[in-house]
Amino acid sequence: MITDYRAAFIDIAYLVSAIIFIFGLRRLSSPATARTGNRYAMVAMGLALVVTLVDRSFIWKPVNVVILVIGTALGAAVGIYFARTVQMTAMPQMVALFNGMGGGTAALVELAHFSGLLNSGQSITAGEALATVIGVILGSISLAGSAIAFGKLQELLSGRPIQYQGQSVVNAIVGLVIIGLGVFLVGFNGGDLIIWLLFAAALVLGVGAVLPIGGADMPVVIAVLNSCTGIAAAVTGFVVHNEILVVAGALVGASGGFLTVLMSRAMNRSLGNVLFGAFGSVTAGAGAAVAGEAKPIRETTAEDAAVAMAYANEVIIVPGYGLAVAQGQHQIRELAAELEKHGVTVKYAIHPVAGRMPGHMNVLLAEANVPYDQLYEMEQINGEFERADVALVVGANDVVNPAARSDTSSPIYGMPILNVDQARTIVVLKRSMRPGFAGIENELFHNPKTLMLFGDAKDSLAKLTAAVKAA
Amino acid sequence: MNQEVLLGAYIFILAIFVGIEVIGRVPSTLHTPLMSATNAIHGIVLLGAFLIAGSANSPLLYVLAFIALFLGAGNVFGGFVVTDRMLEMFKKKPVEKR
Repeated sequence: MITDYRAAFIDIAYLVSAIIFIFGLRRLSSPATARTGNRYAMVAMGLALVVTLVDRSFIWKPVNVVILVIGTALGAAVGIYFARTVQMTAMPQMVALFNGMGGGTAALVELAHFSGLLNSGQSITAGEALATVIGVILGSISLAGSAIAFGKLQELLSGRPIQYQGQSVVNAIVGLVIIGLGVFLVGFNGGDLIIWLLFAAALVLGVGAVLPIGGADMPVVIAVLNSCTGIAAAVTGFVVHNEILVVAGALVGASGGFLTVLMSRAMNRSLGNVLFGAFGSVTAGAGAAVAGEAKPIRETTAEDAAVAMAYANEVIIVPGYGLAVAQGQHQIRELAAELEKHGVTVKYAIHPVAGRMPGHMNVLLAEANVPYDQLYEMEQINGEFERADVALVVGANDVVNPAARSDTSSPIYGMPILNVDQARTIVVLKRSMRPGFAGIENELFHNPKTLMLFGDAKDSLAKLTAAVKAA
Repeated sequence: MNQEVLLGAYIFILAIFVGIEVIGRVPSTLHTPLMSATNAIHGIVLLGAFLIAGSANSPLLYVLAFIALFLGAGNVFGGFVVTDRMLEMFKKKPVEKR
């Protein structure tokens, strides 16, 4: 028996919205349908947002309307501005930024709702209190953690792990404080002050947890934070009694979790090791020891490298983060086109954790209009390197480091890598001999088959293209 | 633990399974758009911010609601627009001969 038609209408609209979200996500599994999938999600979002406005709890005093309209319009304007102007190479920091914004929204909504209930003297059930605690913790960690990740990716902060004496102890203490505050809030009806302390402590933990993680592990961190925000949104739904929040948040939480597992597996490390392993501290020792030996390298010119490639049968290009930094994706496409004119088969080998977020390289190459059937995943192409005449490594480092196969003392030992060293000739484009983001020495650069071409990847690629044209 | 929260938990768990089932088939080529799209979807907490803003009745709640609206709207609108931009590039058919 329906007694409240307005509430029933809202609930049915939410249900429709949830179904559209799921169909939209389904369409994201193929490049041909992905764009419409995203549009489906937009429709679902629009529907859910609009019907919420007819909710009975709205007061509709002028001040509420003004806040609602101006806050939303301002946020939308800023979001759209950044979304339209950001470079494709800067996608990881963009995602981190939006992710942090979502986490912050979830935490603030929970805070405001809780404090509103308290001040109006309404009772709060243990279930709601628990959901509030979880939402505030996850939302705040996501907000602060994403802000730090953004800083690292934007290079406002050092991409290397930032560590200090007793860091893990401090983080553990903050973690315990958070648990204590949470228990107090749920079990003993802690008030306004406690929830604010919880918010502050979770922010501190978010900062503390991401600071010691190095730039090379960012694909995992971003996936974890994405999942955190999704779950924070879902538990917000528990608190404000809104099912579409629960469904949409859970979908995002699942997606983030799925990508987290994939990324960790691609590095052959457990999630715990990535998040708490303090990667950098181990590598400093190992890298320094090898660097001390000062092994020889073979430096080359663009002309020599171009000749090797122009007369090859097959060239495999291995892009990495350096390509994104140098914004060289269009030049790489031109070089490939020039090589193809010389009858060379060109393929791209994409390591799952190349770049700073899952699928980063695919987006860059798609922007440069590289057909996606030329892109090969690691398992597909690894057997082919031994038949390739030239492997061209552009700004990749750790994902081609043979130490991962052979050196048990290396921090990346056991990580599946691209078998670049099996190619007949290896050409490496690199800014300098500085070790990569993970700070690990790379044996590949000292391989007698390896030719090093130093300089900005974009410039080097342009020179190579010109030289191939002349060859 | 009241009924409503428990019901929410059921929905949550089932939605997680649906999510894994649906997203598990996304190829690695599309991992960045997937992440970017889901990133926009969790912006649905903006709806929570709507509810807060609609029922706010104290200066503190006004301020919290305003910040939540700003952040949430940035997340939703920015997230969807940037994903759309990205996917437009994936849609382009290769013009050159293969």
